[in-house]
Amino acid sequence: MARELCKKFKARRNGGAMEQETRWSRLRRSEAAHGYLLVGPPALYAILLLAAPLGTILVYSFLTDGYLEIIREFTLANYREAWTNELYRSVMLRSLGVAMAVTTVTVLLAFPVAYFVSFHVAPERKSLWLFLITIPFWTSYLIRVFLWKVILGFNGVINSGLLGLGIIDEPLTFILYNVNAVVITLAHAYAPFAILPIFVALEKIDRSLLEAGQDLGESKLMTFWRVTLPLAMPGVIASVLIVFIPTIGDYVTPQLVGGPEGRMVANLIQLQYLKLDNYPLGSAIAVSAMSIVTVVSLIFLFLNRRFLRGPK
Amino acid sequence: MTAAAKPTMIEFRDVHKYYGDYHALRGITATIRAGEFFSLLGPSGCGKTTLLRTIAGFEEISSGAVMIDGKHMEGVPANKRPTNMVFQSYAIFPHLTVAENVGFGLRRAKLSKDELNCRVGEALEMVGLRGLGARAAHALSGGQRQRVALARALILKPKVLLLDEPLSALDKKMREQMQVELIKLQRQVGITFILVTHDQEEALVMSDRIAVMFEGEIAQLADPETLYRRPNSRKVADFIGTMNFLPARILSEGEQGIEVEAQGLGRMLLDPSQAPGAASGTGSSVGFRPETATMLFEGQKAEREAMGTVEEVVYYGDMTYYDVRLDGTEAPIRISMRNVFGRPVLEIGARTRVAWSPGAIVLFR
Amino acid sequence: MKGGGFRIYALAYLIFLYAPIILLPLFAFNEGTVIAFPLTGFSTKWFVAAANQPTLWLAVKNSLIIAASASVISTALGVFAARASTRYHFPGKGGVMGLIMLPLVLPEIIVAVSLLVVLLGLGINLSIVTVILGHVLICTPFTIAILTSAFQSLDRSLEEAAYDLGETGISTFRLIILPLVMPGIISSLLISFTISLDEFIIAFFLAGTQPTLPIYIFSQFRFPQAVPVIMALGTVLVACSIVLLASAEYFRRRGLARSGAKDTGGFL
Repeated sequence: MARELCKKFKARRNGGAMEQETRWSRLRRSEAAHGYLLVGPPALYAILLLAAPLGTILVYSFLTDGYLEIIREFTLANYREAWTNELYRSVMLRSLGVAMAVTTVTVLLAFPVAYFVSFHVAPERKSLWLFLITIPFWTSYLIRVFLWKVILGFNGVINSGLLGLGIIDEPLTFILYNVNAVVITLAHAYAPFAILPIFVALEKIDRSLLEAGQDLGESKLMTFWRVTLPLAMPGVIASVLIVFIPTIGDYVTPQLVGGPEGRMVANLIQLQYLKLDNYPLGSAIAVSAMSIVTVVSLIFLFLNRRFLRGPK
Repeated sequence: MTAAAKPTMIEFRDVHKYYGDYHALRGITATIRAGEFFSLLGPSGCGKTTLLRTIAGFEEISSGAVMIDGKHMEGVPANKRPTNMVFQSYAIFPHLTVAENVGFGLRRAKLSKDELNCRVGEALEMVGLRGLGARAAHALSGGQRQRVALARALILKPKVLLLDEPLSALDKKMREQMQVELIKLQRQVGITFILVTHDQEEALVMSDRIAVMFEGEIAQLADPETLYRRPNSRKVADFIGTMNFLPARILSEGEQGIEVEAQGLGRMLLDPSQAPGAASGTGSSVGFRPETATMLFEGQKAEREAMGTVEEVVYYGDMTYYDVRLDGTEAPIRISMRNVFGRPVLEIGARTRVAWSPGAIVLFR
Repeated sequence: MKGGGFRIYALAYLIFLYAPIILLPLFAFNEGTVIAFPLTGFSTKWFVAAANQPTLWLAVKNSLIIAASASVISTALGVFAARASTRYHFPGKGGVMGLIMLPLVLPEIIVAVSLLVVLLGLGINLSIVTVILGHVLICTPFTIAILTSAFQSLDRSLEEAAYDLGETGISTFRLIILPLVMPGIISSLLISFTISLDEFIIAFFLAGTQPTLPIYIFSQFRFPQAVPVIMALGTVLVACSIVLLASAEYFRRRGLARSGAKDTGGFL
């Protein structure tokens, strides 16, 4: 807005430039008009089916739940309930904890793989490796989660295998229907998501920088520490976000392998909406979950900016 | 037909172009004649490509007028203009064959298959690509892509062919070869070629006339020889080749010429044609090209001589470049000497006599 | 051998990634009802059992209709958005594109409940149409990501050249741009088809009483005796996914080869 004004001022001062200025803006408008025309359909779709529903949820979260209808009365009670009720609070904290654990495990495990593919795989074979890494991600999520249930179950693959080998006498029970199982399953599900952004960041690193690092007398390890890692950091942050955001809102995994003590916020939202029909409270929990996600994401984006501050 | 008698093909009338606040073209007024090989020469960002694109119709101008063959071009889109363009990247359609690329512009003409093949064949022959019509476009070398782009543009028999730095992507050998071929091609088809280039040598070699551009303005428009021998400003002189400058003082200006006293050279009388430029306001100087001065060896004598000391010697094989500081001057001048058999190469610190000629001097006010 | 330790680690990691999927066919072709080692014998009876369930076939039909519609609509929207963002500058572009790409970083359950609330509020009956609406929303960001890279590798002067040679804006799009981004479009169709086919949460909330394949599978998890059938079904699904993905990758690479660009790998 301010820039637009400045332009007008300048044009006036230039006197003769006035006419060119208006013609220029006409042309610009026509280019912008093309852009708006093209972006119109997808934008309209997103506004009607994404922005409007999200706005509705936000409004609902401040309304009062009547028994069979929603009372149009502003209240903060839903949020008070969502943040003070022991049950809801513990579920939200658990979701946060699980998402953080999953993110840490996934990113730490993924980094060496991304590093290997970027630095040690011949260029013409990189695509194949990436393809192999991505395939499991695209195969039915439900089935994969269910397979973990089969693997970790009381009569599951691990227990029957270990029993058969005589390593244990009775089935292990701490591996299914609890938080551990949720973390393992989610870490497996989002592994490829963590690898790709790190890989992309590593690919962008100019290899001569590493040679320069060693040429300037650093060991390989110190070169990694002082050159590679800082340059790969934006990728690491991106994979943290790309794993953290969907895991905190995951429904299927806690539902199938979490058991009662492994429930997460998505299960809670589903419960409020589909079982208890309490839309306002469900909305308040959903908005709270989104706020947590946003706050954590902003923290990481802020960190990312610090790393990006140097080179652009 | 003499050059001056040729009719006008393109006329720019006070053309301005703004990108927001950025003033890219600042009042271009010029004419380009029919059948001329015309170059727009200048450093990057000087507006030469923008000017070319206003002819093609890819850039709308902010004010002024562009006329092609006597017709006002305002509101005429690129696909309706009698011009065709060879792009810097060549813009060869990668999913089409060579023949399909060359025949692309004939689609709308709805020719019979035989006629189409015949004309594509002709065009390919003209650029020396006979028999390559079935080749996939992405399997071509840089030089071949350039030829396809030429054939594709010329097949439509445009009145003007626009070339946007067409040789910049080629290596030196290939570039020199294509320069000669482009000149021949232009003579053969006889239409106006407008070339954009930042390479002064390329412009000098190929063009009938050259417009040298700086910062959105045409600094000088002339034939190559005038541009080289009588540049109208120090900036033009510096951009085209090398020129030595010495501070000078104008003593008198009269019927018989301009009397000038230059540092290191002394007094001289110059013809008014030797001062083609307007006053710059930064003080006068005289300039001359390195090859217009010579170092004198024992026994040689010249009408005008000056004494100096060799400060730097750069040996180029066929030539030697000397930096000589004339007595009474602050900065050395450059002199290029052909390495004739038997002539010694001087060493740094040697005293030398320099012969120069007032006729080769340009005065910048 | 380059990167010895890393290579061993990476291979171990791949095995970890694939371990559950490898179990699928093992138990799908296993005769026993209980999913446990040791295996008891080869059998195809679970595949036959799967094929004999009428609800399954309804679910498959629904899922195919949903996936086909969602992939076509989201790819069409993706073409618009990708073209707009790569070719034109307009005020507010960042915000608009951000909103369209938002589902990529939004937990799906949020998308699902917010749509549910609005659809019910408007009195729209839940059906496979409402599932399609939701799936288009989450598929579009992926199609834009794929198509943007396809549009980006287009040299702008190709368009100008066609225009210069007498074509109009529309015929330039048809003759030059469309053929060059076609591999990207096909790859985008395949990817969004795969995403939609596999999507559970949104379908769970928005399908009403209609089953889709993931909903059907989820409902079968409750019955222990249905587990081997699910294994058989999963085997078929995984095989289909791999075929779809391999073709998407094939088209993506062909697109790269055609435009002469360098392969930077991966869909994302």
